[in-house]
Amino acid sequence: MAQKSVTYSDSGKVRRVIVVGGGLAGLTTVIKLCEAGVAVDLFSLVPVKRSHSVCAQGGINASVNTKGEGDSPQVHLEETVYGGDFLANQSPVKGMADAAPGIVFMLDRMGVPFNRTPEGLLDFRRFGGTLFHRTAFAGATTGQQLLYALDEQVRRYETLEVEDDKGVVIRGERMVRKFEFWDFLSVVQDDGGIVRGIVAQDLKSMQVRAFPGDCVCLATGGPGIIFGRSTNSVINTGTAASAVYQQGACYANGEFIQVHPTAIPGADKLRLISESVRGEGGRVWVPRDPKEGRAGAEVPEGDRDYFLEEKYPGYGNLVPRDIASRELFKKCFHEKRGVYNPKSSKNENEVYLDVSHLPADMLKKKLAGVLETYEKFVGEDPYTSPMRVFPAVHYSMGGLWVDFERTSDGSLVKGSPRNQATNLEGLYAAGECDYQYHGANRLGANSLLSCIYAGLVTGPAMASYRKNVARSAWDFPASLFEKAEKRERAKYESILKMNGDENPYVLHEELGRTMLEGCTVERHNDELTKVIAKIDELSERAKKIGVTDTSSRANQGAQFVRHLNNMLVVARVIAQGANNRDESRGAHFKPAFKERDDKNWLRSTLALHAGGDGASLPTVTYVRALDYSLCGKAIHATDDVDISLVKPRARRYEQAGAASTVAVAKPSVPAAKAGATKGESSQSAE
Amino acid sequence: MERTVRLKIRRQDAADKPETRRWEEFSVPWQPQMNVISALMHIQRNPVTADGTTVAPIVWEMSCLEEVCGACTMLVNGRVRQSCTALVDQIAPGGEVITLEPMTKFPLVRDLVVDRSRMFEDLKRVKAWVNLDGSHELGPGPRQSQENQEEAYPLSRCMTCGCCLEACPQVNPRSTFIGPAAINQVRLFNLHPSGKMHAAERLEALMDEGGVDGCGKAQNCVEVCPKEIPLVDSIAQVSRQTTKHMLFGWLLK
Repeated sequence: MAQKSVTYSDSGKVRRVIVVGGGLAGLTTVIKLCEAGVAVDLFSLVPVKRSHSVCAQGGINASVNTKGEGDSPQVHLEETVYGGDFLANQSPVKGMADAAPGIVFMLDRMGVPFNRTPEGLLDFRRFGGTLFHRTAFAGATTGQQLLYALDEQVRRYETLEVEDDKGVVIRGERMVRKFEFWDFLSVVQDDGGIVRGIVAQDLKSMQVRAFPGDCVCLATGGPGIIFGRSTNSVINTGTAASAVYQQGACYANGEFIQVHPTAIPGADKLRLISESVRGEGGRVWVPRDPKEGRAGAEVPEGDRDYFLEEKYPGYGNLVPRDIASRELFKKCFHEKRGVYNPKSSKNENEVYLDVSHLPADMLKKKLAGVLETYEKFVGEDPYTSPMRVFPAVHYSMGGLWVDFERTSDGSLVKGSPRNQATNLEGLYAAGECDYQYHGANRLGANSLLSCIYAGLVTGPAMASYRKNVARSAWDFPASLFEKAEKRERAKYESILKMNGDENPYVLHEELGRTMLEGCTVERHNDELTKVIAKIDELSERAKKIGVTDTSSRANQGAQFVRHLNNMLVVARVIAQGANNRDESRGAHFKPAFKERDDKNWLRSTLALHAGGDGASLPTVTYVRALDYSLCGKAIHATDDVDISLVKPRARRYEQAGAASTVAVAKPSVPAAKAGATKGESSQSAE
Repeated sequence: MERTVRLKIRRQDAADKPETRRWEEFSVPWQPQMNVISALMHIQRNPVTADGTTVAPIVWEMSCLEEVCGACTMLVNGRVRQSCTALVDQIAPGGEVITLEPMTKFPLVRDLVVDRSRMFEDLKRVKAWVNLDGSHELGPGPRQSQENQEEAYPLSRCMTCGCCLEACPQVNPRSTFIGPAAINQVRLFNLHPSGKMHAAERLEALMDEGGVDGCGKAQNCVEVCPKEIPLVDSIAQVSRQTTKHMLFGWLLK
């Protein structure tokens, strides 16, 4: 683009890039792009302020070490990698841990109302998988507060005008144009497969339209809704990631699905009770007597079995989520010791999560948001009686495969176009929809951090890709976009014409039940084979859906058919990946293969899509290496995990402090029983 | 007998098709801890009215289902609220009919969906943000007292759901009143140590037509706010700030 303007095309249009998704990762990417002078079109299924990031409660990790415990980014790196059972690439994790304090400071400057210490500093609390106070928080609605802060900054860019190469303002052209209530359909690829834009659908007018973009970032979140009910928002169908996977993008580590130990069972959703409840001293227990007839609050201390504290004396209630979920699962399903319900004479699949021993005033300041959710949906007062909770599908560690460029000392090369790049040239991914930062199990309060860090990395990566790309999307003939638009419009019209007798919502319910029963906490190969057969059956039946709504306005039914088909495709990636991986690692646990098998399985699962055209059902191809090109360079990537910084070793959470070898000085953890004195627990480590 | 939940739902196919405005009634099986959303989800799986007619599933907005996103706001039994926290046993303990209608102060899209984009435009008008120098590392932010945080945090929980605008008599087709939500944001940002450096711009945006003077002190907003944000206090505070700015602001210029 030597003579051409980098700001606008020959026809006078501003050359923009595209970000899909307006949660933490997407918004951070947008901010970074705008700071680099790149104008953005931002697409979102919902007004960005309603993105799923609002649901994050507990906080965001950063080793600021304000409590004099000897915490550091190095410890954070080690604990994240150890918690993830050594499946995460360590250089990106190091980049994230190193950047974390700066990220929290940036958010503070943006106005996030983080809780404070008496001295006016940021307060930090404990979270799972660590002994340190590393989690900054704004009450128990931290995700909401972070999302709002980023949303506000992006809104400011919506009011600012684009400047051309010479710094002259282009009137009427804003840095950010938002397209809210738009559903991502596919990327537009040129003849060489390079991504040149997207096709999306306006969910109010149902108009299908192609948009050019010099590169595209998907920041579209996780696929939790594949499991039917989960802690996820209903918009988290993973449809966008599935669509680009079907266009050739690699999906990695799909089988690693995090089940959160504590949620409220519900008919429409399993609502999360944040790990921060345990971080502030909440205790998990079941009655010692499996037929205990008294209400939770009436059961005396001696008759309670604090099973996590007993088995894991150091980490206690704050063992990582994969371990806590398995322990809860064992109590309820194998030992039948869930809370006894005298009415039904049954042991329900529930355990107690108790904060009633903690001072109400502290609870109000630090946990009000989440306790209020419990009170509103269950109708019981968690301040006085123990809550009843059970595990629920929560997060996907897997997602779109993304690359990174490593520095010699094991961090990320700043501004490298390889960072967060998928194997489709011109397509980036960030946030829960990428697979990069959590390995086989994510530590609590690392998700908000990884979303924002990925955004901070993706923005500059896209800006430098755009500088190096040989030809701008805005210099392609309109026919490229018209063709893609026509293809997607035809697909949508064929959905409207479906007149079979299957109901898409019923099929989804069946898919959710199948995945939940066969592919979550404990996995067995014979059951997984049945899950895959069921997915095949549902995919066949999905061809015989009847669409009762053919309206041309806000047609949610037809949109859902598309999402369902995309969910079925990713469900197969998850189930088949789980079936293949004959070992136990992090959230992936097979009783028949109880040990981690580094020799055969210390590698990423790389899935590529095949089939699915016409009559054939889609199939998954698992590969050991990927070849792709970026800005004219051929890049070869393998499924090897970057273990350059922390040598893999077995996880032993039974031992306090096992998660980090560098943390010589351990903070003295108050016994959970002394929870009532929380808030004064910041004793010096030395 | 199987317990059922009865719903009467206001429907309309599109804003420009007023002739399609109608009520439809549904009867769905009761479930423990059921909310309005799970009743609507049941209708999606079986879109048949109480008199046996197959219809298009109800169109409504939802996302988080735990009252932090604000999407599923509608009129439940005539009162504006989020439908996810509308528990059937609480709103219809004796099996009463539950009515669902779209909010009335925003343009209708379809069925229970309205277009709330004006609220986001209002946030632009009042410049509801901190004027950040950039996202690069500049060290810790300004220190803040616990009291300051405890005042700011409740204000910052506004989901832009629109309940306060719906309930406010001053928000109507004959008025340009901006409504409580945006005014509350002005209080929030004028409280922040760096946000307050631009307090004047925000106040000036509220001194124009449709600004803070539009409040008629009905105090409905605070009654309906699902997050119990002290909206009346916020309006009073911002009103004092604008008065002060009007009287003495020129001295500071």
